[in-house]
Amino acid sequence: MSKPERVLFFGTCLVDLNNPEAGLAAMRLIQKAGVQVRFPQGQTCCGQPAYNAGYRDEARRVARLQIEALQGSEPVVVPSASCAGMMRNHYPRLFEGTPDAPRAKDLANRVVELCDFLDRVLAIELADHGPPLRVAVHHSCSARREMGVADSAAALLRRLENITVVEPDHAEECCGFGGTFALKEPEISAAMATDKASAIAATAAPILVSQDCGCLMNIGGTAEKAGFELKTMHIAELLWERTGKDV
Amino acid sequence: MTTELRVRAAQALGRDRVRANIRRAMDGLIDKRRAAFPDTEELERLRDQGKAIRDHALAKLPALLEQLEQNCTANGIRVHWAQDADAANGIILDIIRRHGGTAIIKGKSMVSEEIGLNRFLEEKGVEPIETDLGELIIQLAQEHPSHIVAPAVHKDRREIAELFNRHYPDEPYSEDIERLTAMARRVMRERFKATKIGLSGVNFAVAETGTLCLIENEGNGRLSTTAPDVHIAVTGIEKVVARLEHLAPLLTLLTRSATGQPITTYVNMISGPRKPEELDGPHEVHLVLLDNGRSRIHADPELRATLRCIRCAACMNHCPVYVRIGGHGYGTVYPGPIGAILEPQLQGLARQGELAQASTLCGACAAVCPVRIPIPQLLNRLRFEQAQAGRKDAGAGAWMERHLWRLWAWIYASPARYERFMGLVTSLGWLAKISVGPWARTRTAPRIAKRSLHDLAREEGLSND
Ligand code: SF4
Repeated sequence: MSKPERVLFFGTCLVDLNNPEAGLAAMRLIQKAGVQVRFPQGQTCCGQPAYNAGYRDEARRVARLQIEALQGSEPVVVPSASCAGMMRNHYPRLFEGTPDAPRAKDLANRVVELCDFLDRVLAIELADHGPPLRVAVHHSCSARREMGVADSAAALLRRLENITVVEPDHAEECCGFGGTFALKEPEISAAMATDKASAIAATAAPILVSQDCGCLMNIGGTAEKAGFELKTMHIAELLWERTGKDV
Repeated sequence: MTTELRVRAAQALGRDRVRANIRRAMDGLIDKRRAAFPDTEELERLRDQGKAIRDHALAKLPALLEQLEQNCTANGIRVHWAQDADAANGIILDIIRRHGGTAIIKGKSMVSEEIGLNRFLEEKGVEPIETDLGELIIQLAQEHPSHIVAPAVHKDRREIAELFNRHYPDEPYSEDIERLTAMARRVMRERFKATKIGLSGVNFAVAETGTLCLIENEGNGRLSTTAPDVHIAVTGIEKVVARLEHLAPLLTLLTRSATGQPITTYVNMISGPRKPEELDGPHEVHLVLLDNGRSRIHADPELRATLRCIRCAACMNHCPVYVRIGGHGYGTVYPGPIGAILEPQLQGLARQGELAQASTLCGACAAVCPVRIPIPQLLNRLRFEQAQAGRKDAGAGAWMERHLWRLWAWIYASPARYERFMGLVTSLGWLAKISVGPWARTRTAPRIAKRSLHDLAREEGLSND
């Protein structure tokens, strides 16, 4: 993918409800790099919750709306490796054999995860204006394994020269969110989240960043309940806060 | 909903010592595997090859099984077909009875666990003697294996030492693994001498030569298959491979993925009973080929990938769920990710469907599986089958679940309804304060923004064309 003139932004339902600042920061970063951004109002959710719960008809109904809302030829930037993975890898499968299959495939090919886009497509330059700071990073399983974009997040953080990035013990292990998993198997999920939050707390970093809000909500909520001093931030917020605001 | 799995998982999570034992062991196995594959390119090439070999075998399964039977028979191995566990147990008991056996010595075999052989034999007055160190520990402790490669992995050395001390009070107490192994060997030797029938599993059955390949580290497998007069090998029908040359890549994938070993201490190639001029080996070799639901799995083009499995256990070693609840938390013969896809298919979704839910779909399993089984994708498929069944389920839980998803889709498939819904939720800030349900037991409630990104984007002029 070469640097486009304009992109569409798919915010994800979780950012919409839980952390809209992350979406805004992401769009500003892209704009600042000289690319126009449009946020289609018709979008809602990629449909992954239903898809992963086995409710494919429901997932398809919701996914079809996104295909509709994200029509065009522009790349679609998504600030979540998990939702980007759903659209890129699972839409084609979900719509296989239906009249929407070509459109699903077309959208899938245009989807690009935010960090991947900033790092590799835009090769964005980041001038860090913030004070020295230790930051813990959690790469989501989708970023690390499904989409292979964890390296891009790490590369972006490395460009912030006053930031020291630390990874917790058992960094590669899942935080235990897993969408409906957290509700269906709450005991196992809680055990995983507790271990993850403790490992991150042990790094003594005051801030945790990730490229997925699901993990942040899970780890952050667990850390808060456990009384750990840990602020969670989507990576886009941290990047914008330190490089974009004042200049 | 409080399910059996949740109850078992909660119990497992409460056993701190077991959890620590499993974590330590899994960390060790992960490190060993990593060290065994220093060259990522070679690893990925091998995985492609492993997948291709297994796919090839499964594509030609009926023909290869026929060929295997012919060649085994020509080699003097008697082949038996077992439709299910009962049939397999019946065949094995028949052979034992025909030789007047009252005990059998056993090498490690997960299929024998699958058919519940030990209990069956005990009920019939035949004593099964486990000779694999891990299996012996499990048998003495009267438990079930918690791991398919290392059955006693949930126990630490102290527990094992105490267990041996209770059962073999004449032997000196030791916590040293070498000593414990030697002790087991001494005790076992006597039993080997006295027992006329041996039983083992099979890692791969080679169709073109009629050879049974069995790998192990303790030598008990070789003894179980050569010292007694009769050797019974039991395995699933999917373990067949077409050619002898397919063994080399599969064996290196298996041992390096499982324990990080370049090769096991013993590689047994069994090609028939003792020949007239030979001095040792069994007089009779039997091969029991078990179906037990495998042909049904084989019939589905997507789910068939389940049968590629070579039982290396790498998926469970890397699984964040397995590492916390261990094999006993699953309550099935095959635990971990492979169990979560295999058991619901073997036993049916109605009985074991929840196992397909016991995963975050984190993909750690699929990333290491030596034959590239797309475990998360298969879990997704099983969840789909379960949801489809749930649509016809009259129970309150199923009704609730499908209606919640229907409601969700009704809202999220319409921009207008979604906007009203978001307007409502974001205006009810207090909603976030009522933290109820399982989520909130260990977490604070998720934050709800005052204004959605839709709102903010519109305000910033980002939604204009
Ligand atoms: S599913 Fe793959 S990783 Fe798991 S035991 Fe089977 S071969 Fe090994």
